Amino acid sequence: VSSLPGTAAGRARARPPAPRLSTKWRDIGLFLAPAIALYAIFLIVPVVEAVRYSFYSWNGLDPLTDFIGLHNYREALGSPDFRNALKHNGILIVFSLLIQMPLALGVALLLNRPLRFRGLLRLLFFAPYVLSEAITAVIFLQILQPGGLVDAFLKNIGLGSLVHLWLADLDIVFYTLFVVITWKYVGFAIILFLAGLQGVPEELHEAAAMDGASSWRTLWHVTLPQLGPTIRIQAFLATIGSIQLFDLVWIMTLGGPAGASSTGAVYMIDQGINRYRIGYALSVAVILFLICFVFSTLYQIFVLRRDVAGGTTRMAG
Amino acid sequence: MKIGKLVGLAAIAAVGATAVTASAVLAASNHKQSSVTLVWWHNQTVGPGVKLWPQVAAEFHKLHPDITIKPVPLQNEQFSTKIPIALNSGKPPDVFQNWGGGQLVDQVKAGKVADLTKYVSSWIKNIGGSAAGWQVNGKQYAIPYNVGVVGFWYNKELFAKAGIKAAPKTWTDFLAVVAKLKAAGITPISIGGKDRWPDAFYWDYLAVKLCSKTVIQSAAVSYNFSDPCWTKAGTYVDQLLAAKPFQDGFLATPAQQGPSSSAGLMANGKVAMELQGHWDPGTMSGLTPDQKTPSFLGWFPFPDVPGGKAQPGSLLGGGDGYACSYKAPQPACAQFLGYLDSATVQKRIGSTGLGLPVLKGTENSVADPNLRTVLKFRSSSPFVQLYLDIAFSQSIGQALDAAIADMFAGQATPQQVVQKVTAAAKKK
Repeated sequence: VSSLPGTAAGRARARPPAPRLSTKWRDIGLFLAPAIALYAIFLIVPVVEAVRYSFYSWNGLDPLTDFIGLHNYREALGSPDFRNALKHNGILIVFSLLIQMPLALGVALLLNRPLRFRGLLRLLFFAPYVLSEAITAVIFLQILQPGGLVDAFLKNIGLGSLVHLWLADLDIVFYTLFVVITWKYVGFAIILFLAGLQGVPEELHEAAAMDGASSWRTLWHVTLPQLGPTIRIQAFLATIGSIQLFDLVWIMTLGGPAGASSTGAVYMIDQGINRYRIGYALSVAVILFLICFVFSTLYQIFVLRRDVAGGTTRMAG
Repeated sequence: MKIGKLVGLAAIAAVGATAVTASAVLAASNHKQSSVTLVWWHNQTVGPGVKLWPQVAAEFHKLHPDITIKPVPLQNEQFSTKIPIALNSGKPPDVFQNWGGGQLVDQVKAGKVADLTKYVSSWIKNIGGSAAGWQVNGKQYAIPYNVGVVGFWYNKELFAKAGIKAAPKTWTDFLAVVAKLKAAGITPISIGGKDRWPDAFYWDYLAVKLCSKTVIQSAAVSYNFSDPCWTKAGTYVDQLLAAKPFQDGFLATPAQQGPSSSAGLMANGKVAMELQGHWDPGTMSGLTPDQKTPSFLGWFPFPDVPGGKAQPGSLLGGGDGYACSYKAPQPACAQFLGYLDSATVQKRIGSTGLGLPVLKGTENSVADPNLRTVLKFRSSSPFVQLYLDIAFSQSIGQALDAAIADMFAGQATPQQVVQKVTAAAKKK
């Protein structure tokens, strides 16, 4: 990215500078204006307004007069319910990275081999990702209800003792949701990894094989390092997705029972839309935004920079 | 949150009979005005209202050619997000769905709804105590057209199978019925714990039975829950929870969606009882294979509780009404709400099963025998308390429901429920 202005400036210097430059800015302005206007109206302004409203006690109806400074933020950060919800987001991040990602990687490695029905298998793994979260949630509500498909299946294969109240048991509900989330999103990670695997030069594998490296060593020392940029991007997407999780939880459990499956976004909507504590909910929104923002920025600076700056391999996107 | 002084809120006391005719309602409307259009946001997207409401709008226009009604049906849940935004937009609907109680108080305090008192004073007494839940500081800000009470819907066949002869009258009887049903291998009660408000019906009702009318009415204004009756309501809930009367996984069961919802379980004969509002037969009819209200259905009121301070026959209920926004043309808007409470419309509300009419003298229009029973109890009750989550300001009412749901999940004690709702009332 950093080399781009230099090139443009260099080209500009080679030609009559003044009129070219103004034409350039006029064109840039012309093409960017609609996008910037939309971005400002629907993103920048609401975000700024959200920050402003978060300093008020406001129920959505009264005039905006009850300025309470950082009171909403203090309450949010001290709220056991909000911290409990954030803890769930945290668990989700850890599980996504430690369970979902290795699983996706394994399946991708498998699907990268010459297999019969490989195309069909790839399709099957990717299909859930195409469904909306709402549809996924409704399907799994039916499957997981007491006496539903999962329970009947477990009973019929002699594992009736494993039957649980998947969505009503406070100790289980969140892990049930994690399984559903994995089912839905693992296909996307698999596709990413498959794309990344196409970029690993076959020569490296051949060289490793000639040196007598076992397949484990080849995987560990050749494939994985070559997949680095893809893994780093997938980790980034999984983390942001975990912080923002809402639709699926809202439809399946409403964050319950007793907050056992709540997330930050679920807590925000419950406070804002159900309880009309709009000012307070906006402070929660700002906190969630800051978490995402700080994480993304740090991740860009410390983790993604070398990928973006251009290493041996580049991300396709 | 600061609470204004509210009188008459939260009580829907049914009072003595006065006959009324449609002409009396319309008498107040001989006013000259240029032609206006009223935009009417209502929630009748399913059931008899789908046909009846547009019909009513057309009739009213015929009677008042200078007033056009434009009905806009909206899915019920959309109101909670759409109404505050619309009221703040400068272009609110003229007539909109209103449940009364604390939400109406918030709208009144923000100056978003019109005071209808002077337009309706000539006839409002004809709907008796039903009007009270839609009053703030003694002024009428919205008008109900359908008010019902919560009670137990039960399966007569399953009761007979378990050898239960009569509906329970006291809390002790009720627990005995639960035990008998369990002994007969029948799940006693279904409940939609996922949605939280069905849990609150139990706690609310026990509070209505245990607390005096004064205590409960002043709590909706002062949010003072220091009277021991509030904690006691929780201990009775605990007693019921200890008997494990609910269906498997009730914490994740929705109230109304699909055959595995609490209403669906009741409708399909899987459980013996459900504590629900007067709309439940209508909900159930949509969840059975033949789309009919089950024939085994019966109704009995919530049992009385020993040591309760309430007058016998006190009930928990609520209903639907309409408010006029501050920008609605008057008296046209008030006239229209008056038409909804006229005998001709009220009778059809009863006969089609849309709801329980509020106008005195139209009770006989209700065809369903169970709903007639519900109406009989409502009409003879000395005190009908509005559902507490509606009666209270939105944030406090929802905090109460959440605390009660925590209790049903074994995550809160009776004391903690009271603490949580008290704390919610103190929050900014």
